[in-house]
Parts: sequence; structure tokens; C-alpha cells
Amino acid sequence: MTGARALVRSLEEEGVEIVFGIPGGVLLPVFDALYESKIRKVLTRHEQGAAHAADGYARVTGKVGVCMATSGPGATNLVTGIANAYMDSVPLVAITGQVATNLIGTDAFQEADTTGITLPIVKHNYLVKDPADIPDVVQEAFYIARTGRPGPVLIDLPVDVARGELDYRRRDHPVLPGYKPTYKGHKKQIRMAARSILEARSPVLYVGGGVITSGAAGELKKLAVENGIHVTHTLMGKGAFPESHPLSLGMLGMHGTRCANYAMCETDLIIAVGARFDDRITGKLSEFAPRAKVIHIDIDPAEISKNVRAHIPIVGDARQVLKELNAAIAEIRAETKPADRSQWNAVIKEWKEKYPLAYDRDNGLKPQYVVERIYALTKGDAIICTEVGQNQMWAAQYYPMEKPRRFISSGGLGTMGYGLPAAIGAQLGSPRDLVFDIAGDGSVQMTIQELATAVLEGTPIKVAILNNGYLGMVRQWQQLFYNRKYSCSCLERERTPDFVALAEAYGAKGIRVKEPEEVDAAIREAIKAPCPVLIDFWVEPEENVYPMVAPGAPLYDMIGDLLYPVEKVHPEKAEEPFL
Amino acid sequence: MKHTLSVLVENKPGVLARVAELFARRGFNIDSLAVGTTERPDISRMTIVVDVAEHSLEQVRKQLHKLVNVIEISDLDPETSVARELVLAKIKVTSENRSEVIEIVDIFRGNIVDVSRESIIVEVTGSAQKLSAFEDLVKAYGIRELVRTGKVALPRGK
Repeated sequence: MTGARALVRSLEEEGVEIVFGIPGGVLLPVFDALYESKIRKVLTRHEQGAAHAADGYARVTGKVGVCMATSGPGATNLVTGIANAYMDSVPLVAITGQVATNLIGTDAFQEADTTGITLPIVKHNYLVKDPADIPDVVQEAFYIARTGRPGPVLIDLPVDVARGELDYRRRDHPVLPGYKPTYKGHKKQIRMAARSILEARSPVLYVGGGVITSGAAGELKKLAVENGIHVTHTLMGKGAFPESHPLSLGMLGMHGTRCANYAMCETDLIIAVGARFDDRITGKLSEFAPRAKVIHIDIDPAEISKNVRAHIPIVGDARQVLKELNAAIAEIRAETKPADRSQWNAVIKEWKEKYPLAYDRDNGLKPQYVVERIYALTKGDAIICTEVGQNQMWAAQYYPMEKPRRFISSGGLGTMGYGLPAAIGAQLGSPRDLVFDIAGDGSVQMTIQELATAVLEGTPIKVAILNNGYLGMVRQWQQLFYNRKYSCSCLERERTPDFVALAEAYGAKGIRVKEPEEVDAAIREAIKAPCPVLIDFWVEPEENVYPMVAPGAPLYDMIGDLLYPVEKVHPEKAEEPFL
Repeated sequence: MKHTLSVLVENKPGVLARVAELFARRGFNIDSLAVGTTERPDISRMTIVVDVAEHSLEQVRKQLHKLVNVIEISDLDPETSVARELVLAKIKVTSENRSEVIEIVDIFRGNIVDVSRESIIVEVTGSAQKLSAFEDLVKAYGIRELVRTGKVALPRGK
């Protein structure tokens, strides 16, 4: 059979249901072979959309997303989506066409050094030189993408290799002598961690996307509830622990809750699970959690002690390690009495009551209100995709999640234009769920053409644009840190574009909302509609995301809650324990 | 602090680029990097000398380990390993000072591998310090061209 046919057969053997992509010259043999296959082909309108859609599909389903692009510009358009998946550890296999092997390196038409370009943003990549290698390369690529710390793998396939002939033979297992992810945690370390957890007077679980990826939510809940440990999550960790639970502190970091951030400042033990101490989380690193001992559980050893030194490092799969940890705690608890945490619990309770997320509800249509109403009318059970910026943070703050794999957002790379195509992928991955893309007017315009994809694929996604006529987060930073000079952040809402007309031009439904009273009806109508709907909410243009830790500031130094005075909590107490 | 890493990698295209890119991107400074095949044709050995603090070294090792083609990494302790480097130097000579230069080469247990009327090429192997000392001495005569291989190293014993 041909290389292209072998590729498609390999994809079928991996259980691939959908590929997202755009054909082009050198990829034609592959699309020709796909024509006969049962694999669903989703034609996006831009390769970035293909990568994000595959990424959204992967996050919702836990399977490997697959995207395809032709050589040169097709491949370079994929790059943003691949980088996005890399930063958020999303399992993705990207297949790119390449010019014929005899032309590689000659600056041939539509040639780009795709493996070279993607080297820093993939877990691994391949340039296939021999058709006979295709089955094994595909097998390895999927194996690498979904195991260990997941990530994107790229296969670059020259057109002559796709046309070449081979006898299809596939190994039983991938052969990768240098690739051995660690799943089981170190026994002694786990016992040490268990002891520390029982001894801690003010422990905090700090959880990230790794908990969701490894399916560790159940074990996490057990650990938190049985030991009465409060939980704070990252943006990527949203849904890892039910946010309605009394032990949930909400999100931490730059736009986290005061309660979560104060807890990090005062805790004596951080149990970090599948989280990587990103700078958006730690604030000023040198003042981060000054009194805390750190247990760091991560499948990627390179994350441990990268930013914050771990006292008890545990390399392993979050679910596996938490399971062992729960068992170890149960065993040790028989002989050790857990530390008294009543004082800590009282302090947390006070913070929670004193500093809830809040905004001024009186003046005009507030973006927070829109998100709250989407939450209420979807009964908190929609899959929420987001764009990047203010919309993303409001979605994170005002749409609490109870379950994993339902908050789909570009965390690490912060990719504007992610939400709309990711929503298409999410909807295809989970057809029965209601999928909302909470969007900004700036961000959504980066991939707005994917509305065409949504319409033609019949994915009834709902795009809720929190339209403030600005690159909102940029404007917020300019307001706070650049003397209100709004340099190139105003998008002139009154003039461009008419989103309702645009939605209708693509064949979707468009609704405009300017008053708070119209919000519910619009959301209801969108939910009922069997087609893609775009709601253009004209929200207060200069609303800010609060509270906020200014970039480079320590976590206790939170600014901007309108309803509560700005105050510093205990910075002077760095020496003496708080409790 | 200088560290010598001995890294076994799969002998596949692009591996050197992956390793070099990793160092470049993360800002780790490579002093030297030598690659060659081993007794197994499917495996190559890289000897990488990096100048990093202890904390960064751990990151270097961990990041290297993440590369799918990297099989094994060892941090070679100078006490328990053997390290060598080779220099080829084309040194300007005249009929008057040629024997003087040859004497120096002899002291350093080097070999003369090419002789012409105006220059000789010598090879010297040894530690980086020895080669630098040699370079220093012959500089006075004039070095036309010079190349060093970078360090290669193996652990002692076993």
C-alpha cells in the first residue's frame, strides 16, 4: 500500500475518530487516502483553528487530538496551536505535509523546516524518510503524546514518502529506549509526605492541570476531605476539585481569590499536585509561601524544584501517587494524631466571608453578570471554553466547576483565538453537552472564521462575546501600570465589527444584548437553538478583573476590589508564624 | 562550575540539534560538545561540558532526560573518570627554530603530523589545561591555525 494509506490505517489502529485540518499540495495523497476512511474529516478555515480544535477535543475527551496541515504556510499556521498544546500538556498529534525528500533544503515551493521550527514546542517530532517507517512512527507518536506528561508530537511527511509503497507491518509495542515515564511514586517519599500532611497545622492543596490529565480528581477529593485540607487550583486545575465544596478556596494567583492567596502566604505545608508554580501563580517568587514546606507531586521531574524548591519531591502520576498517599496516611493515622487545625480553619472561614469575589452590580451591563447568568441558566453544567484575557479570567472566577475536563482554556501560552475552535473540538468530542465559548471581542476575532466550520459541521456551540470594544486585559494593564495611555488597545466597538451581522453572514444565529434585562432571554434562546449562536454582549467597556496581584508583586499585595479596602495581610510577619 | 556530562543518545538524525537547541533555549552555556559513535552503531555518546551552578545542573539533566532520544546521562566526576581532548595546531616555523618547536612538542608528548618549509602541524592530546599550556608556549612562534576537539570522557573501571 502507499505511505498515505499506511498513515490512515495507522490512525485507524490508534482509534482516531476525527482529524482537523486543511489539505494542500503535498498533503493530497493523505487526504486522498482519508477520503475512503471512516475517520471524520473536519475542514477548518485556518490551520490554527485545526490545532486548537484538536486540542479542545483532546481536553474534553482525554484522547489524543489529531490535526493536519500542508507544508510551509500550512505547517507554520499550526505552530501557535502546537505551542499552545505544549504549554498546557495536551496530547496532540500534528501531521504536516513536506516537500519531496529530494527537494528538502532547497527552499522549494511551500517548503519550511517544520521539524526545526517546532523543535522547542513539541514533546517529540519526526521527519519520515521511508514509507516503511510510517506505521511505527505513528504508533510511537501517539504513545509519546498520551503517556507521561502528555504533549504534542509532530510527524512531517514528505510527499514522495506518502506516495511510496510499503508492506504494512506494525510493531506490537513502540521501541523507545530513552523514554520511560515514571508513574509510581517513591515509597519512602510518599510516607514522608503522609507524615508531613498529618503534622501540618495549616496545609493547602495546590492543584493544577495534572490532576485532570491523570484522572486524579477522585483521589484528590479523598485526600482533601478525609484530612480536612483546603484546596486551591490553578486555571488549568479548574474542575479538579468541586468549587462548591466548603474546602475549596477557588483559584489562586494573579486573579485568584484573596482567600486562596492569603492561604498560600500563611500555609505551613503546600501539597502541590500536577501544578508547576507558574509565575502567574507565585507572584514575586522570593516572597512566595515563606513558611511553607513543599511537597511536589509531578510526573515530569523537570518541573520539580524548577521554580520553587520542593522539600519532598515525588515523581509520578498524580492519580497513582495520591492513591498511595491516601493509603499511607490511613496507615500512619492509626499511630499519629493529626495536628489541630481548628485555628487555621477559622481563619480561612473568616477570609472567605470577608473577601468574596465581588463587583459593582449597579452600573450598566457587567461582564461578570453575564458569566453568572450563563452559569445559572446552564445550571453550571456546560463545557466552558474561553478566549484569552479579561473574558477568560471572568469565566474562571464566575463559572465555578464541579467536574474535570469541562473548563477548556489556554493557560500556559495564553493564546487569543483559542476558544472558538476549541469549542468546536469540545462539541465534537462531547456532542451531548452544551458548549459555551466565553469570548472577548478582541480575542475572538483572531479565529472568527471558524464560525463557518461550526456552521458546516453542525456543532451548536454558543459564543458569548463580552464585548467591551477593547483588548480588555491590555487596556486594564495600561490603566493600572501605564498611566491610562490606551495605546492601540481600543477596537472601536461602535464601528467594527457588527458581530450579529457577521454571525449571520456565516450562517450562525446572532443576538445583541445591551441591557442587563435582556441577558437571560438571550442566553435561553441560544441554549434552545440547535445551531451555532453568537451573542454579542455590550458590556461596560472599562470594567476590570479584580482582585489582582500586579505582575512581580507578592501574593498578599492584592489590588482593586471595589467593595473592600486594599490591605496588606501580614507582610511584616514573615519571621514569626502566623498561627 | 564546570561539569562534564556523558550522554548516551540514539543515533538518529536531528538528535544533536535537539540537544543544542535545548541548551540554547534555556540559556545554559556549553563549553564544549563532542559527539561520536560508540561500540553500538545505534547509539552515540555526547560529551558535554557545561558551566552552570549546581541548581541549574539539575535542570540541565532533567531537561536532557525529557528528550525522547536521550537514553542515559551521567555527570562525570573528574576523580573517577578519564577525560581527553585533542588539539591540532599549525605552527609557524623557520629552519632556525624548528627543532626548538619540536622539542616542545616532544615534552608534551605530541606528534608531528605534517611538515612544510614554513609550518608544522602537531597533534597533542590531554587535559584541557595541558593543551592550553601547550598553546601558550607555541604562541610565541605564531599559530597559523588551530582546532580543538572538545573534551571526550569515560568513567574509569568496571
